[in-house]
Amino acid sequence: MSSSASGGMPLVHAVNVHKSFGSVEVLKGIDVDVHAGEVVCLLGPSGSGKTTFLRCINQLETIQGGRIWIDGELAGYREKNTKGGRRLYRLKNKEIAAQRREIGMVFQRFNLFPHMTALENVMEGPVKVQRRPKGQMREEAMGLLETVGLGDKSSAYPGQLSGGQQQRVAIARALAMQPKLMLFDEPTSALDPELVGEVLQVMRDLAAQGTTMIVVTHEMAFARDVADRVVFMDGGVVVEQGDPAEVINSPSHKRTQAFLSRLRSEHEQVAKAAADLV
Amino acid sequence: MPASTEEAGSPPSREGGGGASPTDRPGPIDAVPVRHPGRYVAVAIIAMLAAMIISSFVTNERWDFPYAFRVMNYTPVLEGLLKGTIIATLGSMAIGITLGVVIGIMRLSDNPVLRVVGFLYTWFFRGVPRLVLVILFGTGIGYLYPTFDIGPLPFSQQLAEWLGLSSDLTLFSLNVNQISSTLIWGIIAMGLSEAAYMAEIARAGIMSVDDGQREAAAAIGMGPGLGMRRVILPQAMRVIIPPTGNETIAMLKDTSLLAYLPLATELFFQTQAIGNRTLKIMPALTAATMWYLVLTTVLMIGQFYLERHFSRGYGATRAQSKSATLRSRLIGLSEGGAK
Repeated sequence: MSSSASGGMPLVHAVNVHKSFGSVEVLKGIDVDVHAGEVVCLLGPSGSGKTTFLRCINQLETIQGGRIWIDGELAGYREKNTKGGRRLYRLKNKEIAAQRREIGMVFQRFNLFPHMTALENVMEGPVKVQRRPKGQMREEAMGLLETVGLGDKSSAYPGQLSGGQQQRVAIARALAMQPKLMLFDEPTSALDPELVGEVLQVMRDLAAQGTTMIVVTHEMAFARDVADRVVFMDGGVVVEQGDPAEVINSPSHKRTQAFLSRLRSEHEQVAKAAADLV
Repeated sequence: MPASTEEAGSPPSREGGGGASPTDRPGPIDAVPVRHPGRYVAVAIIAMLAAMIISSFVTNERWDFPYAFRVMNYTPVLEGLLKGTIIATLGSMAIGITLGVVIGIMRLSDNPVLRVVGFLYTWFFRGVPRLVLVILFGTGIGYLYPTFDIGPLPFSQQLAEWLGLSSDLTLFSLNVNQISSTLIWGIIAMGLSEAAYMAEIARAGIMSVDDGQREAAAAIGMGPGLGMRRVILPQAMRVIIPPTGNETIAMLKDTSLLAYLPLATELFFQTQAIGNRTLKIMPALTAATMWYLVLTTVLMIGQFYLERHFSRGYGATRAQSKSATLRSRLIGLSEGGAK
C-alpha cells in the first residue's frame, strides 16, 4: 500500500482521535491530514495536547477513540470482517514495532543512548532492527552525521556533546531508518538559546529536501518560514489550521489571537531586556 | 605570601588592572592549607595499636602463623578452595545472575502471570535461610525423589495406574543419588537463593533507566525484547554491578555454609578438620580467614574494572586517572575527593 502523491491518500490520516489520561481528556477529537512531502507545524499553548497527538501517531500513546492511518495502514489495529460486523484486533508488539519503523521521531530531551557513541547511536536501528550490513551502514551513518554537521564527532559519547549536537545526532539516528515521516517533539525546547539555530537549520534543510515532517514547536519564525501548513491546537481540539503566514499574522480565532499576542509580548520583553544590556 | 595578598586586594573588575596583557596572569594561589592536628594524633594512636597487634603476632606463640601458612598450602585445603569455594561461588553466581535478571524482568512484565510467578519465587527463596536451603537440597532431594522418571506425558505413572496398564509408561529413569554430588546440589541451592536477591537488584537497575530510553528504542522500531537487550540492560548494568559485586563477595563467604551440607571438598570444612585433628584450631581458622581475604581482594579489583567498562559514556573524567580511581574506589583515599 504505498501512497505516492498521485494516490491522493494522505500519509497521515487522523480521524476523530480521542485520548485520556485517567479521567482527564487530553485529545477531544482531532482530525488532521498530512500529505507526503508536507511540513506541518503543530502550535498551541502547553497542555493543548499537541505533543500527545504527536506521540499517538507513533503509538507511544494508545488512543481511546478514533483512527489513525499511516500510509494507508491502520495504526495499532487490524480491521477484520466478522459475523457481527467489522471488528478491530489489536496488533502484537512486534507488528507495532514494524509500523514504528516507518516513522522517525526526535524527542525534546534527545534520548540518545548514552552508552553508545554518536556513530553507534545512528547505526543501532538500521543494523539491529533492519539488519542492514554493518560495513555499508557505517559509511551511510558517517554520511548522515556529516549532513548534520557532526562528521568530526562520530566517536563522541552523548555526554561529551552539547545539547544542540546531541539533538542533531538524534535527527541523524531517526533519518538512518529511512522513515516515510519525521516527527519532531519540541526539538529545541530543551536547548540553550544560542544552540537553537543549528538544530533549526538542519530541520530547514530536511524540509527543503522534501521530507514529510510534523513538528511540535514554539518557534514561530520557523513555522512561518518552513511549514506548508500550521495547525493550532488548544484544549485538546484543533482550533484552526491553514497557511502559516495567514494563521500567524492574522489569526481568525480568538484563542489563536490570545496565544500569539502572549507569545509576542514575551518576545518583546526579552528583546527589551537584551537591548537594556547593551 | 605577599604576592597572594596583593592579588586578593584587587577586587573583581575584569577589564581593570590597567590594560593587563595576557602575560600578567596571576600565578597559582599560594595559601596555607587548613591544619588538621587531630589527624596526626589519630595516626600516632593507630600506629601504636597496630604495632602492639603485630608484636603479639610474633610473640604470642598461640597464633602460630608459620603453621597457618602451611595449612593454607595443604593439598586438601587447596582442593577445597578450588571446588567448594571458587567453583561454588562462580557456579552459584552464574545461576543467580542469569535467573535473577530473568525474574527481575518478569516482575516488571505486563503479563500478570509472569509478575505473580516472579513474586512467589522471590518470596520463597528470600524467605528461607541459605543454610536451611543448602541442607534441604543436599539431603532432602535425594530422599524425596530418589529417581527422576521421564514419561511421555505429564502424570504418566498416575495415568497408567488409572487406565490399568501393565507398563507404568516410564521411558527412562535417572537415579538422582548416582548422578548428583553434594557440590552440585550446594551450587544449585545457593544459586536459586541468590537469584531471589539478584532479581531485586536487576529490577532496581531496570527501573533506574529513564523512560525516554524505552521510547527512543521503540521509536527506532525495536520490539520490547530487543530494546531491553540493547538499550535498557546495558544502562541498567551501571546500577546493577556494584551491588552484584557485593553479592559475589557475600556468596564467596557463604560458600562456607556448604561445610554443613556436608561437603568435604570445601575450604572451611578442610581447615576445621585439620584444626580438630591437630588441636591447632586457631591457626587453621587463621588459614581460612587469610584465603577468604585474598579472594575477596581479587573480586574487589575485578569489580572495579567491570564498573569502569559499564560506565563508558558517563563522565569523561573517569577514564583519565585510572590508578587514582582504583585506589579511591578500594580504600576511599583520594586527594581530589571533591572533583
